[in-house]
Amino acid sequence: MNAYWPIVVPALIKIVVILGIVLTGVAYTTLAERKVSAWMQDRRGPNRVGPFGLLQPVADGMKFFFKEDITPREAYRPLYLLAPFLTLFPALITFAVIPFGTQISVGGQTYPLIIAPGMDVGVIFLLAVSSIGVYGILLAGWSSGNKYSLMGGLRSASQVISYELGIALAVMSVVLWTGSFDFRRIVDDQAGWGHFWFVGPQFLAFIVFTVAVFAETNRLPFDLPEGESELVAGYHTEYSGLRFAMFFMGEYANMITASAFVVLLFLGGWNLPFVNYAWFGPLWGGLLSAVVFFAKVAVLLFVFIWVRWTLPRFRYDQLMSLGWKRLFPLALLNLVLISTLLVLRGRP
Amino acid sequence: MKVTRPELSWWERTYFPAILKGMKLTFSHIFRKRVTLQYPEERWTLPPGYRGQPVLLTGLDGHEKCTSCKLCQFICPPEAIRIVGGETELAKEKFPKEFDIDMGLCIFCGYCQEVCPVEAIWLKDAYELADYDRTNLIFDKEKLLAIGRKPPYLPGREKPLEEGR
Repeated sequence: MNAYWPIVVPALIKIVVILGIVLTGVAYTTLAERKVSAWMQDRRGPNRVGPFGLLQPVADGMKFFFKEDITPREAYRPLYLLAPFLTLFPALITFAVIPFGTQISVGGQTYPLIIAPGMDVGVIFLLAVSSIGVYGILLAGWSSGNKYSLMGGLRSASQVISYELGIALAVMSVVLWTGSFDFRRIVDDQAGWGHFWFVGPQFLAFIVFTVAVFAETNRLPFDLPEGESELVAGYHTEYSGLRFAMFFMGEYANMITASAFVVLLFLGGWNLPFVNYAWFGPLWGGLLSAVVFFAKVAVLLFVFIWVRWTLPRFRYDQLMSLGWKRLFPLALLNLVLISTLLVLRGRP
Repeated sequence: MKVTRPELSWWERTYFPAILKGMKLTFSHIFRKRVTLQYPEERWTLPPGYRGQPVLLTGLDGHEKCTSCKLCQFICPPEAIRIVGGETELAKEKFPKEFDIDMGLCIFCGYCQEVCPVEAIWLKDAYELADYDRTNLIFDKEKLLAIGRKPPYLPGREKPLEEGR
């Protein structure tokens, strides 16, 4: 039994820390959303709860706790109750394979900054698990017994098939380039002299991936399953209280996952140009890399919010044609180009 | 009507120029002056003639000016005014024994003020009239006179019309 402690304890500590960071991040992304949207509309945003409204997420959370949890008579109870979990938990599970820094060495032991170290199919795992979240939306829409919810769920289903291909192909071209499904290898390939962040060499894939990721997280301009102006609140029309909060948290957790995904694949992970984390020693170098990583994620989260408060919603068929007629061929073209380049250059 | 649509270049048809332009605009707004009025601390300056709480005015003789003619009661669109008239020894001969305005019904239209022949009712610039109990919203004669204006009238726009003539 004793042999397991050196593995289990650091893993538990990492889980607690990461979940803490992610859930706090979720809470403060909601605040950031409200603040940034207010600023963009020349308003002030929430500023009553705590200094600068910084305790607003706490107040919001309390409100969710004390709201009545309603199940409509027409709803199919088992799935209606299950759906919020299906959205929130995959969003949180994805952080198991997301490396958030180099490593920390304490007391002769080296701890890589990832919950599940040595997972060499992290990319596939992330793609697979983050797709499960869509089932939550589908089931919520279907089981609510409400026409608006159903339309939201349907839209979500059709949205999935139009963006998943683009995502997968864009990811594949990065994977081809590095020859690995391991996030750590992908990030290491973007470090040091003579290497670039993949935004450069994989620009097409970056564009396709970013656009598709907006659709995957149901963010404007692709928030068709919600579509407030058409569908009341879309798939979560009937949900209230904590169950609604779960969808809400799931959406923001997905945003953080998606931002981390983009950072890892295209924006160099925790790497900064001309900075080697070995300079800062085994402990501080690791912590600094984590800080840099989360800073990059935060910048991307801002872009998510920025885009949401700028662009109008796409129409249903426009998203389809964008997914199938633009993103898919572009990603395919990029994949062919990259493969040709790799064949001509020879495997590195 | 024939709309001439601009010929879009290949680059423009990718949406990117329009998207970037829009994002530049929203970003620039982050640094602009905020237009929010932080209500309980900051207040509007009310324009002259603002129609708020209707009140009863007291005449120079120290009695309410109302002669219980009930024109305001008849014209009041939501029927918020209730008057019970009575006789008095004063020169005006009639006076309201009871005069209630249900502030839960009042729509602040100001018809009562306009129709009153003796300028006994007037809409002053008070707002924030909410209450937790509907019965508190029925203002009786004593209350309406207490919050109303009494002589000597202050100079300026709050002076009732009679004095200004």
